Amino acid sequence: MSVIVFVESKNGKVSKASFEAVSYGSKIGEVTAVTYGEVDASSLGEFGAKKVLIHKGLNSPNDQQATKLVVAAVTETGANVVIFSQDQIGKAIAPRVSAALNAGHASGAIEVPKTDGDFIVKTNVFSGKAFAYVKLNSEKKVISLLPNSFSPEKSEGTAEISEVSYDLGTAGITVKSFKSEGEGIPLPEAELVVSAGRGLKGPENWGMVEDLAKTLGATTACSRPVADIGWRPHHEHVGQTGVAIRPNLYIAAGISGAIQHLAGVNGSKTIVVINTDSEAPFFKAADYGVVGDAFEVLPKLNEALKKFKAAQ
Amino acid sequence: MKLLVCISKAPDTTSKIAFTDGNTKFDENGVQYIVNPYDEWYALVRALELVEANGGTVTTITVGTAADDPTIRKALAIGANDAVRIDAEPTDAYFVAKQIAEYAKTNGYDMILTGKETINYNGAQIGGMIAEFLDQPYVSLAEKLDMNGEVATLERMVAGGSEIVEVNTPFVISAAKGMAEQRIPNMRGIMAARTKPLQVVPPVEASLLSEVVSYELPPAKSACKYIDADNMDELVELLHNEAKVI
Repeated sequence: MSVIVFVESKNGKVSKASFEAVSYGSKIGEVTAVTYGEVDASSLGEFGAKKVLIHKGLNSPNDQQATKLVVAAVTETGANVVIFSQDQIGKAIAPRVSAALNAGHASGAIEVPKTDGDFIVKTNVFSGKAFAYVKLNSEKKVISLLPNSFSPEKSEGTAEISEVSYDLGTAGITVKSFKSEGEGIPLPEAELVVSAGRGLKGPENWGMVEDLAKTLGATTACSRPVADIGWRPHHEHVGQTGVAIRPNLYIAAGISGAIQHLAGVNGSKTIVVINTDSEAPFFKAADYGVVGDAFEVLPKLNEALKKFKAAQ
Repeated sequence: MKLLVCISKAPDTTSKIAFTDGNTKFDENGVQYIVNPYDEWYALVRALELVEANGGTVTTITVGTAADDPTIRKALAIGANDAVRIDAEPTDAYFVAKQIAEYAKTNGYDMILTGKETINYNGAQIGGMIAEFLDQPYVSLAEKLDMNGEVATLERMVAGGSEIVEVNTPFVISAAKGMAEQRIPNMRGIMAARTKPLQVVPPVEASLLSEVVSYELPPAKSACKYIDADNMDELVELLHNEAKVI
């Protein structure tokens, strides 16, 4: 089977989520990665791409032109499956490509499709509270892969890189400016996350959360009430109406674990809950629990981690 | 300004998720349906604010059966002028987007607003598909929206931050948190909603490109392992050797 994977880049570097998508695609068929602008595509072969098509005339992945790029690549290669990462850019482009190709779209994929007989993709639904097996009936198929749900495999391999110059029309959207959330790994991509809630009592107490995150190399997050009252920026809000995440490790301090919060984090591989209230519902969803005051536990955990890191 | 807001029903956020018929159907027993929060709190309310400031109309559109009418009336009670329901089971995103795009093509709107995703399927598909069917720009995950004549300025979430973008009407957006504040309908709105027009329209032909063959609940978590608050070395050791995450 011939597979197209849309590859995103930032500052010339391929995104982590795109490496996941390429590696995922290579489990389905022969991957042609499609990308744009000035990008270092040399390592895509190691993740399983056989070919890379770069459109240097496209600098930003705006929805209309990127759709035309992917559709043209599908036409040229005769690919049957198109893969996106289900991140901010993928969410803008994948549905357009699906409509343009009359292709069924499996959104929120978390496993490699079953292709013996029917083409069935396991997806995340009900904000992580359930899974749906989605059968794609159309000849062309689009899959959006949730970030952090497939571990990319690296091997020896090189991809043949060529440039394309399809006519992409014009962009309807003009980007005026970009506001950075700051350095560090964005939440949807983060493998380690340290999060805190109202139990921290005030924004001035976030230093110990940040210290722990720094020791771990983790990204910080928060519960909805904390974002709503302005203690933390709202892009840090994880939960049903905020960002849904699937890190390897989620440490939650002073968060009771309301069902709406759990919906955004229950895809985490390991959950550590720190709470003074031993009856907090979050302990039911936790792998490891510490009943104790976050003000004491977080600094102690930070010290223990520093000791561990120093001994590594 | 003529605005079209896509409204879908979704189970209340506190609903217990269960399935029936050999895990092929969502168990609606005891489930309270609400207007999908992203459609209501952000897309609909911002559309109403824009029309209040600049004049115009807000129409809601839903693909669904008569079972959707209570949620449609809720949207009318919040302030939409009128509603359209395409009379069909919303089988998959492509089918739903096709219905809405066909209706919009005939009736012409300056802007079509959707929520960024529904809280049951989390597909985030409808807006982009409608935009493609109509050949219009699609601003996804918009957190702010202001209009100046035919030019809209939006702020939207992108990797590692947010972007300010400009786009001319007509266009499609998906609305995320931050765009507006939830409005609770008042008694006058609820009374008025009863008599506001709800037009029921037959669906157009569209093939079924995808279908859910079964559902599954996540495996039950094994019991939480408790660690003494004074023994964080043990927690670190477990995270390293047992969970293997650090």
